[in-house]
Amino acid sequence: MNAIWVILIGISIVFAILNGRLEDFTKSIFDAARSAVEVSLFLLGIVALWMGITKIIEDSGLIHGLSRIFRPFVSRLFKNIPADHPSITSITLNFLANLFGLGNAATPLGIQAMQDLQSLNKDSEKITYEMMLFVVINTASIQLIPFTVIGILSDFGSKNPSWVVFPTFLATVLSAAFAVGTLWVCRKILR
Amino acid sequence: MKTIQFFSQLFIPVFILLVIVYGVAKKVRVYDSFVGGAKEGIRVVVKIFPYLLAIFVAIKSFQASGAFDFTKEIFSSLFAAFNIPAEVISISIIKPLSGSASMGIFTDIVKVTGPDSLASRISAVIMGSAETTFYVLAVYLGAVGIKKTRYLVPVCVVSDVVGIILAIWIVKLLF
Repeated sequence: MNAIWVILIGISIVFAILNGRLEDFTKSIFDAARSAVEVSLFLLGIVALWMGITKIIEDSGLIHGLSRIFRPFVSRLFKNIPADHPSITSITLNFLANLFGLGNAATPLGIQAMQDLQSLNKDSEKITYEMMLFVVINTASIQLIPFTVIGILSDFGSKNPSWVVFPTFLATVLSAAFAVGTLWVCRKILR
Repeated sequence: MKTIQFFSQLFIPVFILLVIVYGVAKKVRVYDSFVGGAKEGIRVVVKIFPYLLAIFVAIKSFQASGAFDFTKEIFSSLFAAFNIPAEVISISIIKPLSGSASMGIFTDIVKVTGPDSLASRISAVIMGSAETTFYVLAVYLGAVGIKKTRYLVPVCVVSDVVGIILAIWIVKLLF
């Protein structure tokens, strides 16, 4: 992330000077500050909401039962997680929320999953393979029906907006498979 | 389609009902648990904020400085060589960076070229199949304060590129 950040900012400043867009550059970083606050406020609401619900699941002990039920579905990918660990539930719920296009639930559940996976991590600053796997599957964003996209297509008068479902699902599954495969190869080679 | 939509709508209410009923049955003070958890949520978001700010500054300044337009120029001949509509370039580059910006561009493409054009079709599949990778990375890694990301970021970037190529290829194959 460090390298990407430096490269993006560096390139931006050079281009701002070359294009005479210094004023735009300055304006954009203040815009960015405002957007970050807006997005964080939005996150504050949904993350607090879901963490509240999750706490009930933890306090009632339901989390261990759920993890045991969900385990067969994720244990093929996530091998180094103890049988009734909370992360199994948060990972599964995050995947389900993504699958059904529930973005407002997916992000907080994903954050929860990362925290649960972090509790299994021995070196708290260094990412584990399970965490990488989780992030990679999330960035491939597998979803059954892209409702927002269909909404826009039909708003502008598409004859059959649901054609988008099959190619989107195919693209997303294939790219997720590619991402997981690449990660697996990297682990074998890089150790 | 309708069934899936119904199931999606059912998912959260039923889940919350289950959680509360089970909690009450186990004699948990559900209200206090909820408030306690929500309090924890605030701490997490405060932790994420600096990461989000850093990534937004990088992305917004990249767009505003003209560097984004230059990147588009570089790719335009490549896209032309494969008979891919020029409109697709901006959405391919912006989708991994910004959700709101890509939504704006997508709406624009649909408006200008019509909802059933090749450009709209490819963009629609990219919108549905690619994720705002850098936002996800900032939020998820920020939430746990991970500093050493090993090979995660390169894998994500390569997968994004492959995902977009796949989306274009699948649409061109089908239509």
